Amino acid sequence: MSQTQAQTHGADNGKPQFYLTEDHHPEGSTMLGFWLYLMSDCLIFAVLFATHGVLGRNYAAGPSPADLFDLPLVALNTAMLLFSSITYGFAMLQMERGAKIETLFWLGVTGVFGAAFLSLELYEFNHLIHEGAGPTRSAFLSSFFTLVGTHGLHVTFGIIWLITLMVQVGRHGLIEANKRRLMCLSMFWHFLDVVWIGVFSFVYLMGVLG
Amino acid sequence: MSSHGQTPHAPAHESASQAHHGHSNGHQAGHGTLRSYLIGFSLSVILTAIPFWLVMSGAIDSKLFTAFLVMGLGVIQIVVHMVYFLHMNPRSEGGWTMMALLFTLVLVGITLAGSLWVMHHLNTNMMPMSPEMMKNMP
Repeated sequence: MSQTQAQTHGADNGKPQFYLTEDHHPEGSTMLGFWLYLMSDCLIFAVLFATHGVLGRNYAAGPSPADLFDLPLVALNTAMLLFSSITYGFAMLQMERGAKIETLFWLGVTGVFGAAFLSLELYEFNHLIHEGAGPTRSAFLSSFFTLVGTHGLHVTFGIIWLITLMVQVGRHGLIEANKRRLMCLSMFWHFLDVVWIGVFSFVYLMGVLG
Repeated sequence: MSSHGQTPHAPAHESASQAHHGHSNGHQAGHGTLRSYLIGFSLSVILTAIPFWLVMSGAIDSKLFTAFLVMGLGVIQIVVHMVYFLHMNPRSEGGWTMMALLFTLVLVGITLAGSLWVMHHLNTNMMPMSPEMMKNMP
């Protein structure tokens, strides 16, 4: 650390520098690669959003969003995902400090909020299907279940990943590889929250608005 | 909670990253401070509460205006998440994350606008259908 600092400072030589003198290649390209994966995932969701935008008003004489959606439940769901985002942030801050137990604690809290989100969503799906508003009822419901279900599936895999990483951190501690993995999951988790903003604005609120 | 002990760390970490940011730029990409997370969280709560309140209470008579507000606030919240939670900035990974994001946004825009446009015109150019025909559909 001190060597690298001495080198960069030596290049300064007291003169002000207005540009980077060294061509910097990031050592680990994992973060960039994972970001590119997220962007491709973003395209999947864009296509599903477009499908819902096209089919979202085709009720086939069936129930409309205003009949079906329970906005307080959706608001609670949104709160769960938002809380899980901030607690994951706390986990990342503890990871930077190198505090293993605290990191595991906040990861656990994140997992609980994520599981609460999933249970509420499954409850909603179950309720809709029992009311006869399953994915086969109308084009609107097909596209709704596909879009929201794909998001839910992502959250499910995020939770599996989270538990795996908790076991890894518990066994091997906050080693460099585990930090890298935690940072990837952090991006994944916050990205899912970003997609959910689109879901509750575009699907639920705009749907109920009619 | 234990996170209170974090605050004194934050400025030190910031200045350290400033001192040699030219070297380890890519590694700073995924880091935030307690302050930035809390700012992002508060903004998100506000930006979520307003659209839900607008729709649930029906505070504004014009549906079109409410829809614009809901979508506008959604876009603002997405930007807030990108900045405060995903730590997007033009410098991380030598600017490549931003380039990838912009490229994706262009594709998303084409996909959404194109689909809605084309399908809307297909709908309006469909042969007109009477209610009786609709009833006798398979």
